[in-house]
Amino acid sequence: MKINKMYSYGLLIPAGLIYALLFLYPTVMSFFFSFTRWNLTDWEWIGLANFKMFFEESSLLIGFKNTFIFAFLTTGLKVVIGLLFAVILTSQLKTKRFIRSVVFFPTLVSTIAVGIAFTVLMHPSQGLLNQTLGLFGINGPNWLGDPALAIYSLAIVDVWKGVGIATIIFIAGIMSIPKDYYEAHEVDGGNKLNAFWHITVPLSRPAINAVIILALIGGLRTFDLVWAMTGGGPGFSSDLIASIIYKQYQAGFYGLSTAGNVILFLMVALIVFPIFKFLNRKEVDI
Amino acid sequence: MSTQYTEMEKENQQREIAQKEKQQKTKAKKEKRKKNTIQIIFESSIVVIFSLIFLVPFYFIIVNAMKTRQAAAERSISWPSEFNIIENLKAVVAAQDNMILLAFFNSTVITVSSILILLVVCSMAAFALHRRKGKAITVLGTIFVAGLMIPPAVVPTIWVLEQFNLFKTFPGIILVMVAISIPFSILLYTGFIATIPKEIDEAAAIDGCGSFRLFFSIIFPMLKPIHATVIILNAVTIFNDFVHPLYFFPGAQNATVQLTLYNFMSVYSTDWNLLFANVLLITIPPFILFLIFSEKIVSGMTAGSIKG
Repeated sequence: MKINKMYSYGLLIPAGLIYALLFLYPTVMSFFFSFTRWNLTDWEWIGLANFKMFFEESSLLIGFKNTFIFAFLTTGLKVVIGLLFAVILTSQLKTKRFIRSVVFFPTLVSTIAVGIAFTVLMHPSQGLLNQTLGLFGINGPNWLGDPALAIYSLAIVDVWKGVGIATIIFIAGIMSIPKDYYEAHEVDGGNKLNAFWHITVPLSRPAINAVIILALIGGLRTFDLVWAMTGGGPGFSSDLIASIIYKQYQAGFYGLSTAGNVILFLMVALIVFPIFKFLNRKEVDI
Repeated sequence: MSTQYTEMEKENQQREIAQKEKQQKTKAKKEKRKKNTIQIIFESSIVVIFSLIFLVPFYFIIVNAMKTRQAAAERSISWPSEFNIIENLKAVVAAQDNMILLAFFNSTVITVSSILILLVVCSMAAFALHRRKGKAITVLGTIFVAGLMIPPAVVPTIWVLEQFNLFKTFPGIILVMVAISIPFSILLYTGFIATIPKEIDEAAAIDGCGSFRLFFSIIFPMLKPIHATVIILNAVTIFNDFVHPLYFFPGAQNATVQLTLYNFMSVYSTDWNLLFANVLLITIPPFILFLIFSEKIVSGMTAGSIKG
């Protein structure tokens, strides 16, 4: 107890104050303001009307559905592709440092810049992507202009930008597996595919869990990529909750925008926390 | 006679053995060479595939930033026939009364100030969070870490800023950036502080050091390696941030680097050469950081995630 004196609560005060005032307090207040019609100075209690609107208006509901699709699709792809990249990059390649940098670099470029570049590359007739597909006789789709496809095209770009972090985390996970396991497996006559399923995957589980959680959180909150590429369009077909929050804020519907924030908070809480618990319990079992 | 004969036989045998060995060696060499060519083909195809996927978009941006207006209108990846990069950069800088210079200034002020505050407040907090024992501190730690998951509440944050007259001001946006960067920075610091032996604290306590003196004169300077990681990671995220300045720092005078791109797009929607020159210009600072500190960035990002 005496030693605790050396670590006074006073050390927590500066960070705690800023965090409480500009992060925790707004988060708590969002629950209150989501039940109001509100213009920053005056508010009027309207009960569940904002939430009702969210789930009745098809233009808002689609954002809810898209956020699910986007978050789970990008997470799945980042895990699968990232793991594949990591296996390639931990094999005996002379150029692996170069490739690793190449895969990782998009992470450091601003999302807006990436979004603008890919909007041009994905143009239906003049875009490089469809022109390349055309060389092989494939008639490329209208990536961003087709309402049924836009959200998936956004997901592809998000994976392109974010798979670098997943890869790096997987590489760290795989490198931490002792080499003896693989040697023992080889002595027993196992093949490489078996080694991947029975050694690499189970033993890099902490890394896989970290990537799943990070990608889910990022995916659920995505806004800037949508804004730079489709603005939520065509129509509302590629809107995510985060872009709806912005649109409603811009339109002056502060209560509705805040309700969007609360829904996003609940989605994160109801999706990420249980998955986090589930993944961590499995880790203990092994 | 007989001895001579046996000697000859022996010689023959030896020759045969040597020949066999030689054959085996060349066979092994051939196999090795074959393996090497397979390895080279495999490796170069991997390099080509990865470069196609990840470098072509950057190549596309660079060549188009160097083209004239007409050439860039085609939006192809052909090598520019006429280099116009200097003119393009001049036009980008001149656009909207040198808006990009103002934006670079604003972004730099926000990035540097946020990082300076983060360094001090997060290392302090992480030290207490890691070293103190008890239920209360565990709860506080959980609250800080929860910030990694919770999406910031937008309009209520604006409402809080308004109450202190901080909306659309430098202190306002800086404090918001600090608040949202606190959880990850604290996570990085706690990981590092765990490696500093507690004996140092005990010795300082015996010498009569208080909490703050112990922290600032002994612990803080020992955190240099992790300070560097915190600086670099936050520099990249804050400089590249688009969403928070959009919400909390609106107004023409308050343009930040990422927003210039966005404003620019609506004005020059057809001047692709200028748009890509602008993209190039604002990608240079993170690129330089990456070239110098790539190991630090990579280790910082993985350390934070695997422990968490």
